[in-house]
Amino acid sequence: MTETDYRITRRAVLEGGVATCLFLASGLPVGAQDAVATMTGEPAMTPMSRIPMTFRINATEHALELDPRTTLLDALRNHLGLTGSKKGCDHGQCGACTVLVNGRRINSCLSLAAQHEGDEITTIEGLADGDRLHPVQAAFVAQDGFQCGYCTPGQICSAVGMLEEIRAGWPSHASADVVSEPAPTEAEIRERMSGNICRCAAYPNIVAAIRDAAEEV
Amino acid sequence: MQPFTYERAGNVQAAAAAVATRPEAKFISGGTNLLDLMKLEIERPTHLVDISRLPLDRIEETPEGGLRIGAQVRNSDLAADPRVRSRYPMLSQALLAGASGQIRNKASTAGNLLQRTRCSYFYNRNMPCNKREPGSGCAALEGFNRMHAVLGASEACIAVHPSDMAVAMTALDAQVETTLPDGKARTIAIGDLHRLPDSTPHVETALGHGEMITAVTLPPSPPGRQVYRKVRDRASYAFALVSVAAVVEKSGDRIRGARLAIGGVAPKPWRTREAEYVLVGAADSGSAFSEAAESALAGAVGRGGNDFKIPLAKRAIRQTLAVAVEGA
Repeated sequence: MTETDYRITRRAVLEGGVATCLFLASGLPVGAQDAVATMTGEPAMTPMSRIPMTFRINATEHALELDPRTTLLDALRNHLGLTGSKKGCDHGQCGACTVLVNGRRINSCLSLAAQHEGDEITTIEGLADGDRLHPVQAAFVAQDGFQCGYCTPGQICSAVGMLEEIRAGWPSHASADVVSEPAPTEAEIRERMSGNICRCAAYPNIVAAIRDAAEEV
Repeated sequence: MQPFTYERAGNVQAAAAAVATRPEAKFISGGTNLLDLMKLEIERPTHLVDISRLPLDRIEETPEGGLRIGAQVRNSDLAADPRVRSRYPMLSQALLAGASGQIRNKASTAGNLLQRTRCSYFYNRNMPCNKREPGSGCAALEGFNRMHAVLGASEACIAVHPSDMAVAMTALDAQVETTLPDGKARTIAIGDLHRLPDSTPHVETALGHGEMITAVTLPPSPPGRQVYRKVRDRASYAFALVSVAAVVEKSGDRIRGARLAIGGVAPKPWRTREAEYVLVGAADSGSAFSEAAESALAGAVGRGGNDFKIPLAKRAIRQTLAVAVEGA
């Protein structure tokens, strides 16, 4: 792609952002049915044409029209201003972009926004209940589970999803066998959190925070 | 990322047809491997057909007493399924030894089978790679080849298949069900799904363009104890240097039945039938395990950096068999 093309793309994306804001501000109902029809019908004529999509993020409906290449992470950060989810490696290796989709933790950098039509998404911005922190957030503060803080939103979202997986009885590589019910031991937490890297190496405090939160959640 | 168009498939046949009619189209499900490669412009599809919401997400009992796993069942759901955990524990173990919690929540059963190699030269567009650019050469032959294949490789490619799940499924004699673009279905034994590189390493599977995996069927659980053992550089979230999937059935102090597949050592999940012949009928002793390990690695060729994999694989096989017979 030439640099000129790139500039046009950037401008188009920016304009799209403004248009979407106006659209939302107008209070018009979100065209969810139209969006589905568009996506299940013939593909768009030009590769660069944008796709309408709607999803519920932190209990608020959002409608966007995005380039098909937009990842869920970029939709959150660049188009919705939800910059709590972080871009670390952008390849699913560091976990800084972890969000909850329909209650499950995923790497938002390795997912196309268009694939999340209709999904319920929770980011770090949506975990607290008003001024009351989520128990995992409170435990990270109490146990000093971070240094620079860049990986922390991903760590916390991952821990929330992970504790739910333990509660659902999912085994892990650290489980003595795959049949028994797991418990949130240190070994289990370390194994299950291996998709989240902390380059400050705050791991001992992160594990302590998650152990505390496991008792509360 | 190169531009592409996107559509969500309404049903299996429409999905297969949508890919078949466009030479540069691809299926996308979890996207954990495809999007990684698209960001690096190693994969450059011009059209994506999203199959992640097709109703292929169930695990069902088969009339024969096995399980039929829908192609869209997520790796995490498959690993946590109570029937898989009790009847095919090595499959749960293999899945849980792979990737991270976040990736397993997205990655599909079919996508896991079809994931591409993590060969660093395949990933580096500045280096020759016959898989990425047919005819350009293989930089791994004389390069840093610590992670590469010692079995089944060719002078054109020594990349390994990275899946853990597929190694366990290979030991379990899984069958792969597909739908062709014309709507017809076919079944492929898992051992025939992946191709060896020979002179065409860019042709990785027996699937035609637009042919879609719809399910993986497991025959009834084999008698005996199942063990999946993975050896890697760090304790979690790392690809295998060597992995072993073993099923051992004992009768007294003799081995009545054995199945052995190894991963991390070949361009495809590597079933070692010769080693199984060695084991069946033998006493469950260290010497039988050693003989089986020698047999499994009989044709192995190191390329320098990966020479260590040959003795490592033998030790891993001996150790895994010893663990398997304990509880068999």
